[in-house]
Amino acid sequence: MESKEKYLLRMEHVSKDFYGTKVLKNINISVKPGEIIGLVGENGAGKSTLMNILFGNPIIHETGGFEGKIIFDNKEVNFASPFDAINAGIGMVHQEFIFIPGFTAIENILLNKEPTRYSFFSEIFGDKLNVLNREEMKKRAIEAIKILGIELNPEIIVKEMPVGHKQFIEIAREIDRKLLKLLVLDEPTAVLTESEADIAMKAIKKLAAKGVSVIFISHRLQEILDSCDRIIVLKDGSIQKELIPSDTNPREVAEYMIGHELTKSIWKSKEIRKISETILEVNNLWVDMPGEQVNGASFKVNKGEIFGIGGLTGQGKLGIANGIMGLHPAEGEVKFKGKPIFLNNSKYVLEQGIAFVSEDRRGLGLILDQPIFKNITFTAMQIKDMFLKSLLGGLIKWSDDKAMVKITREYIDALQIKCESEKQLVRELSGGNQQKLCMAKVFVLQPELIFVSEPTRGIDVGAKSLVLDTLCEYNRKYGITIIMTSSELVELRAICERIAIVDEGRISGILPPTAELVEFGLLMLGIKSKKKETIGK
Amino acid sequence: MKKKIQNIIENYGLPRIIIFLFLVFLFILTPFVGIRFDTSINDVIVRFSMNGILVLSLIPMVKTGCGLNFGLQLGIIAGILGAVISIEMEMIGFTGFFTAIGIAIFFAVIFGFLYGLLLNKVKGDEMVVATYVGFSSVSFMSIMWLMLPFKSPNMIWAYGGSGLRTTINTKGYWFHVLTDFLQIKIGNYIFFPTGTILFFALLTFLVWAFFKTKIGTAMIVVGSNTDYANSCGINVDKMRSISVILSTVIAAIGIIVYQESFGFIQLYMAPLFMAFPAVAALLLGGATVGKASIKNVIIGVFLFQSILTMTPSVVSNIIKSDMSETIRIILSNGMIVYALTRITRVRT
Repeated sequence: MESKEKYLLRMEHVSKDFYGTKVLKNINISVKPGEIIGLVGENGAGKSTLMNILFGNPIIHETGGFEGKIIFDNKEVNFASPFDAINAGIGMVHQEFIFIPGFTAIENILLNKEPTRYSFFSEIFGDKLNVLNREEMKKRAIEAIKILGIELNPEIIVKEMPVGHKQFIEIAREIDRKLLKLLVLDEPTAVLTESEADIAMKAIKKLAAKGVSVIFISHRLQEILDSCDRIIVLKDGSIQKELIPSDTNPREVAEYMIGHELTKSIWKSKEIRKISETILEVNNLWVDMPGEQVNGASFKVNKGEIFGIGGLTGQGKLGIANGIMGLHPAEGEVKFKGKPIFLNNSKYVLEQGIAFVSEDRRGLGLILDQPIFKNITFTAMQIKDMFLKSLLGGLIKWSDDKAMVKITREYIDALQIKCESEKQLVRELSGGNQQKLCMAKVFVLQPELIFVSEPTRGIDVGAKSLVLDTLCEYNRKYGITIIMTSSELVELRAICERIAIVDEGRISGILPPTAELVEFGLLMLGIKSKKKETIGK
Repeated sequence: MKKKIQNIIENYGLPRIIIFLFLVFLFILTPFVGIRFDTSINDVIVRFSMNGILVLSLIPMVKTGCGLNFGLQLGIIAGILGAVISIEMEMIGFTGFFTAIGIAIFFAVIFGFLYGLLLNKVKGDEMVVATYVGFSSVSFMSIMWLMLPFKSPNMIWAYGGSGLRTTINTKGYWFHVLTDFLQIKIGNYIFFPTGTILFFALLTFLVWAFFKTKIGTAMIVVGSNTDYANSCGINVDKMRSISVILSTVIAAIGIIVYQESFGFIQLYMAPLFMAFPAVAALLLGGATVGKASIKNVIIGVFLFQSILTMTPSVVSNIIKSDMSETIRIILSNGMIVYALTRITRVRT
């Protein structure tokens, strides 16, 4: 019994399924007071679900609760809402900021737990009309900030602060809770610069020294190795391994996280093509795409190759294509066939012969309430004046429905799109067929280079391989250069000749598809292969 | 047979079939309440030809996703300006009519351009903003009708000598130029306004044809999915502006045809509520806030104007008191409420 009491939190045999899909399998985690636990795993490994269970997120209950036991502070708990979790002494810092932008730092840190002073009106109307004790508030805010060890004027309105400071305010708010026993940090350093992150890590250690336990989720492996007492690696909903930082190295962690190589190589192409001519050159590209920011990516793509872009979600891999295509504000130098490309102008980019199969198929790739043949031909009509008949000497450009239907039938056959007729509404098609339609739409433009983002997301296995085969076929047959962005390493390694991994908005490295899986993992975790030896000793 | 009926219901929508059957019922009722059947038919046809173009003018804006043009009054004002200026210039007959239209288009393009700039700034709330643009423009012009230096004795107040009258007669200028053009007389009471119907048909064809061109297609894309349009390199704001200008221009032409047939130019507060019946007719025709077609216009105008003509006269004759205006207001506003509750978002 005694040994059990040492733990602040014990999660025992925790399992969870969403509509029959197991996302967590028999998780056992124990946390001692004052211990820092690092939680790592790929996207979809179950980190967020696990934290949602702990924090009493209503989603968990709405989807049928969970199995297993959680013992917090020697009591079995099952929080119905985050409020209960907070009252029990659990704090959580989310990846997205949650505060009132127009309030000062002090007000935000002490929001809803302000010290108050008795006033005349409280006599009549009760405690609700107590006055805020401003001096006390300031004192407590400064105290919390001091623990963090940063210089910050607490009187500043939060929305005018730099991002890094906002993150500190978020942490300070949790620190201020007197009964805080366990702090969960979900990627707290993602938006911080390196020096800011260092300060944040120091603050977390200080906090731990005071007896607060910390569960720390980050994809910056080095940070985790530097500051955690234990590392828990999640993979596919179960605990893959528990590691002690001093006995391990990034390579090992990455291996546990991504898994071992099952087959040596799954690269489909037998031949190794000699391609040397550069078709696209990207230098220092910045893209302001919410959730997928690109911060100075540079790479070169050769003519005729299939170039892959991978990386974890939120690191900016999707931002690259969207930025170049002018769908999100972008800055930097992009050269296509040696000529500089104007950014932020979709029409111009399309006219140059670059096209895009968007990851947002239903939102941006298709018009769901229009028939198939119009979806396939709209872009080509606007950009290349295809499917138009000139009337009155070119004065009137009349849409040529017959030509549209003809080409649509060709693509329906070529890509095996399952539909009743070319006049069927796109809304009625399955995900896989919609994806094929998006590709047909792009092929009609006869582009030289296409960006394909997440081509297999949300479609069934059979359609997946068909989509990938089609991409390969058009690449080989028509010499179209393809830049494929995907979260699925497997499919990148299946068809790409070179694969760039994006981390924190930059290209952290480019690997051949035959490289070992763990190499990709290390790049995704922000560890440059060059540094490997020095870190991993 | 069963399938055929189902097809018809699907094609035209149950509400329209019910209204149509109600209309047939009203026509059957006419002889029994002492109204002539043929004059009723004539009324319906004339009102259809008068109002058709005003309803048609809503189409471009719906197609680009700007919603129903509750600011239709802006186009109407441009049309009135054209009409009164042509009368001031003493233009008579077809010359006068087309001069009025020419001047009206000039103003409508300017108004439409500014209106478009405004609507591009309030994406998502177009209909609310448009309503107030319409209202305030009518009030503003009420001042202008008094201030503008019109001189024609047929238009200004008889005694004061300055400012336009509330109604101006088009007789002697271009009254019934279209209506009487190739008019067909059937019996003693039915005068088929061939010219007006032909003019309506011509404009309808032009609008239909416009949406078959490259620009028109781009506008449909904008209305269907703005993000898709952006990714095709279509300038969304420009397309929306064009549609607003187009809607305003057609509305301006529409009101001149209305005045030509009606015989009077109504100024001051008269245009204030003109947007509602037009919108109601389109919605009755099966259009929604995000989708409308020429078919909706024709069916809608026919049903709405028929109901509007028939119900009041039949009901008034039954209960022996004049209820026509009240019933009209209930009908047209009720139609709008019905349609607005059925807004379906295009993106899901």
